[in-house]
Amino acid sequence: MRLSGRGVGCVRGGRDVFSGLDFEASSSEALAIVGANGSGKTSLLRMIAGLLAITEGSIGLDGGEAELTLPEQAHYLGHRDALKPALSVLENLAFWRDFLGGERSEPGKDLREGLEASLAAVGLDHAVSLPAAYLSAGQRRRLSIARLLTVRRPIWLLDEPTNALDVAGQSLFARLMGDHLQRGGLIVAATHAPLGIAARELQIGSVS
Amino acid sequence: MTALAALIRRDIAIALRVGGGALIGVLFFLTVVVLMPFAVGPDLALLTRLGPAILWLGALLASLLTLDRLFTADHDDGSLDLIVMGRTPLELACAAKALAHWLAAGLPLVIATPVLGLLLNLDALSTSAVALTLLAGTPALTFTGMIGAALAVTLHRGGLLLAVLVLPLSIPVLIFGVAASQAAISGLSFGAPFSILCALSLISFVIGPFAAAASLRQGLD
Repeated sequence: MRLSGRGVGCVRGGRDVFSGLDFEASSSEALAIVGANGSGKTSLLRMIAGLLAITEGSIGLDGGEAELTLPEQAHYLGHRDALKPALSVLENLAFWRDFLGGERSEPGKDLREGLEASLAAVGLDHAVSLPAAYLSAGQRRRLSIARLLTVRRPIWLLDEPTNALDVAGQSLFARLMGDHLQRGGLIVAATHAPLGIAARELQIGSVS
Repeated sequence: MTALAALIRRDIAIALRVGGGALIGVLFFLTVVVLMPFAVGPDLALLTRLGPAILWLGALLASLLTLDRLFTADHDDGSLDLIVMGRTPLELACAAKALAHWLAAGLPLVIATPVLGLLLNLDALSTSAVALTLLAGTPALTFTGMIGAALAVTLHRGGLLLAVLVLPLSIPVLIFGVAASQAAISGLSFGAPFSILCALSLISFVIGPFAAAASLRQGLD
């Protein structure tokens, strides 16, 4: 599986953010998008996710599932965490599992068990029935990460994934990203902080 | 199907919980109808004649009031991004959201109608006629209103724009809803206006989701 972009350009509000950007990433590889604030890291991620029209150049995926589009094979972890404050931690995660269509659970394994395993993996197993309104910023981020674990998608598009995570959380997430790469996944992350895994760097904008 | 059922279940659960606002519409409906006899005066014959129109007007304004919530919450917290990216066609997701919204905010208006009919001196026949036309007509208000709600989200202009966009679309529903109720009460032909009302609902089921999904896709940013 290979994700590649050719001559990708982005215009936002009449201003050229970046242009002529080439990049590629294969299975088991992480691509770190680095650049100053406002250089277009989030815009590039949203273009890959199909959430922003590509006005210049092209972005393609070779070797994925032929019947699915690129966004349908990707997870997007953005600034906004897509959690409903009125629902509990478990309900939030269960909704995204049902809506995004998680893996069929293994026989003999309860549906709820799979969710709890994901929550345990991100260290939220003590807060299963707590309404999401009471979570801290770091806990909300951990819950969003649990979504990536519950529904398997080969491509992870991460926007500042380590924001609000504590030191333990950052190393935990680095381990989870490592596992994902080992299973043949692909990661594209926009970041300022080091990701904690080996990643190729893609510089956007001028190097200062 | 799991995905759509999950979306409907979630939206209803959120609407019914604290801060969800499912009951805001009913409360507004109640306020409008309760205040009307005080404004019109103690003329029972006049109230009976105006009753169906007052109920329909109250229901229309109440459903307009809650439409704003249809997409804004999902847009603000990023859920809409994930719904757009998901494997469920966006049109179906929009239809599911509208259905959930109608069940949580539209159906309570129909259920409240018999109680409010008492305040307007309507007899059992008139009240059930109004409730029946509301049952047939309010889905059209939700599904056409959804187009406005989607546009309001993508244009980043809430509230007022929504009302301006949706109001013209809901005028035919109001006309035929009230016409059908009046016809049932006065013994005129009930079939024709009621069929047109049902047709308006069916048309909105088809056009609403596609227009809303197209608007959401266009306005992505």
